[in-house]
Amino acid sequence: MLTEMTIANAIEGLRQKEFSADELTRDHLKAINLLNNRLNAYITVTEKVALGQAKAADEKLASGDAPMLTGVPLAIKDLFCTKDIPTTAASRILENFIPPYESTVTANLLKDGAVFLGKTNLDEFAMGSGNLNSVFGAVENPWKRKGDDAFLVPGGSSGGSAAAVAARIALGATGTDTGGSIRQPAAYCGITGIKPTYGRCSRWGIIAFASSLDQAGPMAKTVEDCAILLQSMAGFDPKDSTSVDREVPEYRAACNRSLKGLRVGIPKEYCASGMSSEIEAIWQQGIDWLKEAGCEIVDISLPHTKYGLATYYIIAPAEASSNLARYDGVRYGHRVSGNSLDELYANTRGEGFGVEVKRRILMGTYVLSSGYYDAYYLRAQKVRKLIYQDFMNAYEKVDVLLTPTAPSAAFAKDEHQDDPVQMYLNDIFTVPASMAGVPGLALPAGLNKQGLPLGLQLLGRPFDEETLIAVGSAMEKAANFTYKPAIHSGVSL
Amino acid sequence: MNYVIVGSTGSWEVVIGLEVHAQVISKAKLFSGASAHFGSEPNTQVSLVDAAFPGMLPVINRECVDQAIRTGFGLNAQINLVSRFDRKNYFYADLPQGYQISQFTHPIVGKGEIEIELDDGTVKKIGITRLHLEQDAGKSIHDLAPKETCIDLNRSGVALMEIVSEPDMRSPEEAGAYLRKIRAIVRYLGTCDGNMEEGSMRADVNVSVRKPGEKYRTRCELKNINSIRYVMQAIEIEAKRHVEIYENGGEIDQETRLFDVVKGETRTMRSKEDAHDYRYFPDPDLLPLIVEQSHVDHLNATLIELPDAKRNRFQNEYGLSRYDANVLVAEKDIADFFENVAKGRDGRLASNWVTGELFAVLNKKGLSIHDSPVKAEAIGALLDLIGDKTINGKIAKEVFEDMVETGDMPADIVKRKGLRQVTDTGVIDKVIVDILFANADKVEQYKSGKDKLFGFFIGQVMKEMKGKANPVIVNELLKKHLSV
Repeated sequence: MLTEMTIANAIEGLRQKEFSADELTRDHLKAINLLNNRLNAYITVTEKVALGQAKAADEKLASGDAPMLTGVPLAIKDLFCTKDIPTTAASRILENFIPPYESTVTANLLKDGAVFLGKTNLDEFAMGSGNLNSVFGAVENPWKRKGDDAFLVPGGSSGGSAAAVAARIALGATGTDTGGSIRQPAAYCGITGIKPTYGRCSRWGIIAFASSLDQAGPMAKTVEDCAILLQSMAGFDPKDSTSVDREVPEYRAACNRSLKGLRVGIPKEYCASGMSSEIEAIWQQGIDWLKEAGCEIVDISLPHTKYGLATYYIIAPAEASSNLARYDGVRYGHRVSGNSLDELYANTRGEGFGVEVKRRILMGTYVLSSGYYDAYYLRAQKVRKLIYQDFMNAYEKVDVLLTPTAPSAAFAKDEHQDDPVQMYLNDIFTVPASMAGVPGLALPAGLNKQGLPLGLQLLGRPFDEETLIAVGSAMEKAANFTYKPAIHSGVSL
Repeated sequence: MNYVIVGSTGSWEVVIGLEVHAQVISKAKLFSGASAHFGSEPNTQVSLVDAAFPGMLPVINRECVDQAIRTGFGLNAQINLVSRFDRKNYFYADLPQGYQISQFTHPIVGKGEIEIELDDGTVKKIGITRLHLEQDAGKSIHDLAPKETCIDLNRSGVALMEIVSEPDMRSPEEAGAYLRKIRAIVRYLGTCDGNMEEGSMRADVNVSVRKPGEKYRTRCELKNINSIRYVMQAIEIEAKRHVEIYENGGEIDQETRLFDVVKGETRTMRSKEDAHDYRYFPDPDLLPLIVEQSHVDHLNATLIELPDAKRNRFQNEYGLSRYDANVLVAEKDIADFFENVAKGRDGRLASNWVTGELFAVLNKKGLSIHDSPVKAEAIGALLDLIGDKTINGKIAKEVFEDMVETGDMPADIVKRKGLRQVTDTGVIDKVIVDILFANADKVEQYKSGKDKLFGFFIGQVMKEMKGKANPVIVNELLKKHLSV
């Protein structure tokens, strides 16, 4: 099966005519047909579009003038608007929405020749850590605990993308990360993901959750594959005022950089109480690998880490409450009529949004209300500056930080269902970097005793994704994570 | 003379502050590339950003920022190099984003001051609190279908400048003068067309009353008034309402009210309890707006001459009275017309002809200065004919009437009608001799002291000469004959 390839291998194989883009795409579509009913990783499979793109890719390859990603089949999180293809944000309110435009990030990928297999499942409007909040149903993590068939969550919100890559039904995928939505599912599904620096990838055409935090990034089997995808996705976009006009470096080249003399910070605040000994052990393992690679390990402190989650759950819902006001049933999307305009709003939004989205709109509306704004939103913004300053102080002493990605391995579908706060705690290690806008890379480092992947996270200086890629590549080699999930394209169900 | 409302408990002073919403003249909207053109078919000037499609993002239009800065200069105001956009959140069918992008805490223009001039010549300074940029909403149309509301998003996202005054006005007349001044400034600068009928300039009026010397009392806001006359009427009606309530022992509630032109009353639109909680917060889609000082300096250096400066110059350069100068600078097009007439000529004469003869014609025909049947060059040429004594002032009026009708140049009319002034003393002298001979009785009366008859003789001579005689020469020769 060609689905086992890395993107790097596939690019090479396509150019060497070992197989065609058509074959590569068909193998993936076949696997999707077999597995997607079970995994529910894709909301929409765009078979026809994919085959058309594959055909065009083969023509390009034959002409010898093929851009980097020509013929590479990818999965697109259903938060990216894709022209003439349904884009739902996993919400009833956009169930039948077909955008007449293409997001900048996906347009970049298409320009570079990528083939889109379909749109992947997610938590509604990217709000969640388990991919349980989708109107199209939960996504099943392809990994299983040893001797146990329990339905595990893939993490969220980019759960469909993570599950698709892990199950080998896409060579790579796009995700978005607002508080950990790329890194945490990557950890739960044993794959690699990068949340780039805020402003590195354009947000234009990505359905907004929290504008000051949202950032698109790649998810794939390897660090190198993520580097290849990021190369295409990143870049300045005049249509996004917060995107940064800065040259995109050759990310892939950073994979082979030496780590000699690199200083790696170990933030003591990430040693959360109640963290499993297995996570602690894998973190120590990561430290040892980096020592062996010639890095200097430095204990550092990010004193405001403990406020990260609390302030995140003020700022993100505040922005979301405003960003989601446009889904009102007036111009597009789901509409439930009523006897007055207010009734139309109440009916449409009452039926169109799920429970978690409503919860966050309520929280956000509350913290922005007159009389509460200073105590919540303004204060949270001040704390956010302190969190950013923590990172900047740390980066005076070290070049990169190493932490666990999540406080546990993937949990079962029914484990945190009734307690939203418990669910929010899954993001405790990923949220601070989001708040600071600094880049992060999550990669699988090993398995726990139950056979589930555990991830480590690297955090870097703003716009220094290259160091993350360099360190990530070295750790990847050391970890030699060759395990596969119970459900993947190579097994029959 | 102060404006007061006399009630049963004494005199009341009116306190007025204005918020003027002025639509920015720009090709594109404030945050989208869509055209800001007025009067197009519904929903034809709408981009995906204006309709708030998922994932769409605002990008500031530089021209709108420049227009706001230029207007700031016109208001003699501080330009803030760093300003910020906030979201004002509320739901309405013609507000696609569910929020208006505005500048709440950090406007682009800060404190300023303008001078207004009242009919009696009083000059008063009115403080400007701020000017900020914001998006306009779309339009809800309720009367196109019986049970439906139609939405037109053409205006959604168009740039507005909100100009907020201090509560410095004390009479409807002052409010009217303030609005006219603001309109003159934005029109001069080309930053807003100032057309209140089309809604490109609208005013919210804050009114309260107090006994002289008191602190401010509770104010009411009258929303969205679209003519200067209505603003003045509304203030008067609202102020009287306040006085009546206070004098009957009542209190004024702070609220937003509507002015009903037809009924001549104001009524509650939203009480304080119903006031929206707009949940303002900085728009995370936009970075702080930072303007370079050098750019501000450049805009200042290339700024057009403003009405006050132009008035002062007209007084100095052309020797006009302040009153005449004010009349001429009220509209830039008129000022420009005047200058075309006056350049290199007698300024006062030019002013008299423009504000006198020309305005009379324009008023009579209901024309604006653009559509004037007589061009500035033609009036200038007419003044030249008076100057070089080709015609006298009286004939000039006849020529002007002809110019209005035919559009011909004055020299051609003079030639065609043979109106050239007679300066030949021999010819004039002969006419005088004949007139005096024919009116011997009146000559006797004049000589015995009836001086007034001098005018009669002048009239007779001019009549005989069809008005073409040079009046100075007629005067001279007549005196000579009568003193004999």
